[in-house]
Amino acid sequence: MHEMSVALSVADQVEQAARAHGATGVERVRLDIGELAGVVPDSLHFCFELVCAGTLLDGAELLVRAVPGRASCTPCGREWATGMPPDLTCPGCRSAATALPAGRELTITEVRWARPPAPAPAPIPHREEN
Amino acid sequence: MCRTVDLKQAVLAKNSMAARILRTELTARGTTVVNLLSSPGSGKTALLERELRLARERGTSVAALTADLATENDAVRLARSGVPVKQVLTDGLCHLEADMLAGHLHDWLPEETRLLFVENVGNLVCPASYDLGESLRVVLASVTEGEDKPLKYPAAFGLAHLVIVTKSDLAAPAEFDEDAFRAHVERVNPGVEVVLTSVRTGEGAGVLVDRALRAAEGDAVHAPVMARA
Ligand SMILES: [Zn+2]
Repeated sequence: MHEMSVALSVADQVEQAARAHGATGVERVRLDIGELAGVVPDSLHFCFELVCAGTLLDGAELLVRAVPGRASCTPCGREWATGMPPDLTCPGCRSAATALPAGRELTITEVRWARPPAPAPAPIPHREEN
Repeated sequence: MCRTVDLKQAVLAKNSMAARILRTELTARGTTVVNLLSSPGSGKTALLERELRLARERGTSVAALTADLATENDAVRLARSGVPVKQVLTDGLCHLEADMLAGHLHDWLPEETRLLFVENVGNLVCPASYDLGESLRVVLASVTEGEDKPLKYPAAFGLAHLVIVTKSDLAAPAEFDEDAFRAHVERVNPGVEVVLTSVRTGEGAGVLVDRALRAAEGDAVHAPVMARA
């Protein structure tokens, strides 16, 4: 399963970005995964947790947005959901689709850094419980 | 500090970059890469052995690199064709990546190589996502794998420049529905060429070398819809 390689690539890129931003931890990573990208989100979640353990990304949450396939036909200006397995024949003119504007994404869209570790907290006055 | 940032980074950007560099370097020295994808047992090695032998007889300088999860006899079989062959063990990794391939080529690939055939790791899921710097991507499936194969592996078939059906001599006993297979390929990759081959009857002999040479000579290869964003 190449989800492990994908997870490693995600972790590498996020770690680099974190260093560039001076972040000390990562709270959340958002990915777009097209349904034709050939990546199984469940396996990816599993691998992501493994590769993040003990790194700057330890405990980071992975949020995956599944992107449905969409094909387009320039001659008749149509755009349609390809479905799975995809149908890349234009439902209007029966000719081949011109392009696949969506469905092959494998993109890190957004990262949220963890709150920087708080400075040593001032002692909170003890309150009586009653 | 703003805690949320838009990254918009392609996860496989590093591989795509490595593939582009490799393609440029190899093209500059006159080598064209053919990336061969299939399930295990598709007859890919037998077909490649035949094609390597044909290329050698025709005086085309070819080489083959075969990637396996663990030790197998593919390299031994391919070497019988008399062309340079290298076996790469991926140590459990389910696909080749462009920088791995580049690393294996740099102290091995003979300078005069015109066509390099890369037999990718045997599965139709993982290798589909990784560009290896090839100019021709070929997906192979045997008639015994059934006519639904393209629908089960749409990314692999959808990104192919050429689809080769192997073991066509077994089509009748396997009750292979060629029309249905072709329709399924057309559905995920309109316009791609589908060629039937058999190493037993000789059907389609030379097709791989022929299409690879055309690509090497700069003829336009098929542009899959799936590769056009
Ligand atoms: Zn149309």
